[in-house]
Amino acid sequence: MYVAGCDVGSLSAKAIIMRDGEVIASQVIFSKPDPAESASEVMGLALAQAGIRQADISYCVGTGYGRSSIPFAQSVESEITCHGKGAAWIMPEVHLVIDIGGQDAKAIRLDDNGNVVRFAYNDRCASGTGRFLEVMAAALGVEIQDMGAISNQAKNPVAISNQCVVFAETEIISLINAGKDKADIVSGLHRSLAHRVAALANGVELAHEVTMTGGVAKNLGMFTALEQALGLKITPMQKTDPQIIGALGAALLARQAVSKAA
Amino acid sequence: MIAAGCDVGSLTTKAVIFNNTRIISHALIRSSFDPAKSAGEVMAMALEGAKLKMDDIGFCVGTGYGRERIPFVHSSVSEIACHAKGAHYLLPSVRTIIDIGGQDCKATRLDAKGNIVKFMTNDKCASGTGRFLEVMAKLLGLELHELGELSAQSRQPITLAATCTAWAQAEVIVHLNTNTPKADLAAGINEAMAARVAILAKAVGLEKDVCMTGGVAKNIGVLQAMEKHLNVPIRRLRVDPQIIGALGAAVIAKEKMEARQCM
Repeated sequence: MYVAGCDVGSLSAKAIIMRDGEVIASQVIFSKPDPAESASEVMGLALAQAGIRQADISYCVGTGYGRSSIPFAQSVESEITCHGKGAAWIMPEVHLVIDIGGQDAKAIRLDDNGNVVRFAYNDRCASGTGRFLEVMAAALGVEIQDMGAISNQAKNPVAISNQCVVFAETEIISLINAGKDKADIVSGLHRSLAHRVAALANGVELAHEVTMTGGVAKNLGMFTALEQALGLKITPMQKTDPQIIGALGAALLARQAVSKAA
Repeated sequence: MIAAGCDVGSLTTKAVIFNNTRIISHALIRSSFDPAKSAGEVMAMALEGAKLKMDDIGFCVGTGYGRERIPFVHSSVSEIACHAKGAHYLLPSVRTIIDIGGQDCKATRLDAKGNIVKFMTNDKCASGTGRFLEVMAKLLGLELHELGELSAQSRQPITLAATCTAWAQAEVIVHLNTNTPKADLAAGINEAMAARVAILAKAVGLEKDVCMTGGVAKNIGVLQAMEKHLNVPIRRLRVDPQIIGALGAAVIAKEKMEARQCM
């Protein structure tokens, strides 16, 4: 029996296919302007990878910002539930999930069974989300996926005084003009973002173990900056792409829905 | 007895030359990276307009974000105090002043004598400041002053869901891609700006008369939207709202000169 999860985010769309409790296909693409198109394309890739057809999927759960536009999903779930579910499946000891997405950030507190107890969420202010790094990467003329490696070279991280994305962008430009080292600036930006996300996490109460999901979790500089801001170790996702955790959680919920019906 | 005021803001630098009863001249330039240079330049322009030399100025007060860096001032005073002084000088019945600057916004409430009772500032978030309009004008390919003029032609203003400038930018891009008329975009942008600023004005305890100072006050779209949100008329000032801070500094300079003579 096959089940699927599809996560249509603001920046990327992900699809997971599971067979008998095992992930057999996992795909990530950049989101298109039309969420339905993003969903169909990424699911098409996953189906090809699994070597099956859409009709073979018994149940599909949709999640993410574009979840209500996914044509082939039987039901939808919030990203919060899906990220919690996915993270707890991979790491049963996890009690706090910090998810930094392209347009939001979430801190999700789980109980011993991986159920969501509490969460805090920011999608109002772009600073404190992946967008902050995206805008700054453009201002610095670097690729967002290179920021982690760049920050590794930092010697004296610069303190960024502005929180607002718009004001911070101006600040970065004057720092570049003042001849500041790019690595020091990038490292300062990571600290700045980590600081705001940590405030969110503190709001839901810290608890071991902590893990990070979402695309920003792949940025090693951000990972260490957040560890420093929280004052505790974060356990990285082992062997699993942190970006697909939402889709994985959706697939797990699909499996649950099928077994309930049976 | 000639007094002067110089206001070095984040975007523009202003100077006013003032005698006992009237503004003799004023000047306004775009701020450069160096506040001292901007101040020197704008003051030279104002002096030329008044046909005076720096030595003719009995007292000069500096204000604005770069006030500590102005070489020729005798003292410096906060923008809040200067806008209050300038607005109260022009309009003695004023009780609430809404000053929208290039990268901040302030609401100040005065008593009947023009003393500051309460003020609130936003300089943390670009939305609700002149920067919001600047970002949007650039996105629309318009000059800043065109945003106000254009919004008057709007039939169906758009509604912006986001407060954050970064998110609102993304919303406007979607509208641009679907060929929404620029007038409707401009009107929606001015409306969003006004909604944000109105929160600050209400929080300070709005009282009549109300006036607006700073560059954004020249945008008729924002001004009218503010009147709607606050449900009070906004009194128009008889001089350029952008020079009120410098005017207030000059009035304070005049008072300081008088106080000195009394001693």
